Amino acid sequence: MSTVSHEPVKAPAAVRGRAAPSMRATVAALLRKELLIELRTLESVPGMSLFAVTIFVVFHFALNQNSLAGNEAAGVLWVTLLLGAMLGVNRLFVADSDQGGFDAFMLAPVNRSALLLAKASALALYLLVLELVAVPAFALLLAGASLGHAFPTLLAVLALADAGVAVIGTLVAAIAVRTRARDLLGPLLALPLLIPVVIGSARASAPLFGAQGSSGRWLLMLALYDLVFGLISYAVFDFLLED
Amino acid sequence: MYGRRLRALSFSTAASLCLALGLVFFFAPLEADQGFLQKIFYVHVPLAIVALCGFVASGLMAIGYLRTGDSRWDMRSYVTIHMSLIFGVGVLLTGSIWAKGSWGHWWVWDEPTLVSFLIIFLLYAIYQPLRFAIEDPERQSRYAAVFAITAAAFVPMNFIAVRLSTAYVHPRVLGQTSNLPFKMAFTFLVCLAAIALLYVTLCKYEMTAKHTRGQLRALRRRLHSEDGLVGVGGRSAVASLVAPAAPALQMSPRPQAVPGRLSESS
Repeated sequence: MSTVSHEPVKAPAAVRGRAAPSMRATVAALLRKELLIELRTLESVPGMSLFAVTIFVVFHFALNQNSLAGNEAAGVLWVTLLLGAMLGVNRLFVADSDQGGFDAFMLAPVNRSALLLAKASALALYLLVLELVAVPAFALLLAGASLGHAFPTLLAVLALADAGVAVIGTLVAAIAVRTRARDLLGPLLALPLLIPVVIGSARASAPLFGAQGSSGRWLLMLALYDLVFGLISYAVFDFLLED
Repeated sequence: MYGRRLRALSFSTAASLCLALGLVFFFAPLEADQGFLQKIFYVHVPLAIVALCGFVASGLMAIGYLRTGDSRWDMRSYVTIHMSLIFGVGVLLTGSIWAKGSWGHWWVWDEPTLVSFLIIFLLYAIYQPLRFAIEDPERQSRYAAVFAITAAAFVPMNFIAVRLSTAYVHPRVLGQTSNLPFKMAFTFLVCLAAIALLYVTLCKYEMTAKHTRGQLRALRRRLHSEDGLVGVGGRSAVASLVAPAAPALQMSPRPQAVPGRLSESS
């Protein structure tokens, strides 16, 4: 890990010019750096995916059920995804904090909110990979009915929930990484803040597993949550970098 | 300046609490359905309202801190959250007792207000561990302010989410408290005012205590620094004459006094 992240990342053309780079170029460069580090070290995503599959096995034995339906199925799926996401949140800023990534970023003449956007996008991509593994694994291991008919709605729920988890996860990770007990404080801060996401996504996906009810209002609530906390994070994130 | 009018405030708080209790037990009528048990409503609901308003106010104070950089705003935000957490314990205890009395269980999940309050309480319970896990005092204030703002925005969002999740299963009769009979509504408002006064008074006491402790520490530091400088000989006069440099000298007496002493002895 230490040998890889010190390698200089080649800046895109827009960054090399004399004028201050645009927001889009900055976010692209940061996101590229993030994904390159993850690709070379494979620190977060494989661990998150493996953890999710392990948790499904744990749930099978803990609940003593071969297949789940309705609210239980939605609950198990979302608790597992959330716990998997917590692993990614805990690792998100560790390299920046330990190896001077924050200092390097502060020296660059760029908009500081770019870091929030890049990190949140990276976390959303990690969550996407996590779900690419975990949802089929869930369908295979625990879901009773086939999920084929419910695919579009499930996709919408996953996208909206990912956006919320990515935004809150990035904000919380940036707070927790500068504390002494960062591995502990990250989940303790993130889980209460994400309870509305759990409510929204579990209730929205329960009908897909055969429970009563409809998904529409829950999707709306998730969208409202994403909007509110997206704006809040955008407003307060700069204050976490003023050192 | 912090201790001013504290005595008047304390007396009016005590008087209004006595008045509120008097009204609760001797003026407000017994409720037909729940009887004497319903009287806990006059403690539980004002406590919850005041604690939640405190949480939201702490977010506004944190905005004040981030805008001005004035550490007094940070202290106000800290004290408000601290007091709201203490009141929050009261809310959860009285809510539990009320639930046991009227539904037979210590905890019920289909009461959305109580459930939302528990989630908010759990979130704010992390505030102090978070603060004290950061060593640099300036960063501590800044990060705590970011937390306070995010959490204050979370308070209404969480209420919407939890209410939606339970209203679907159990349709609730809303507006139950808005058409209270006059005697009950009047008692309730007096209780709300008394508990709000209690909150403000306790916050003021804590802020005064913190301020006094800070002053005491500064005085003690000055005393030590004067001792150290007199020991060097003649330097104390310089320290008191050069006014702008004086606080810096008082802040770190030992590193400056020791080299002087060494050079004189050698």
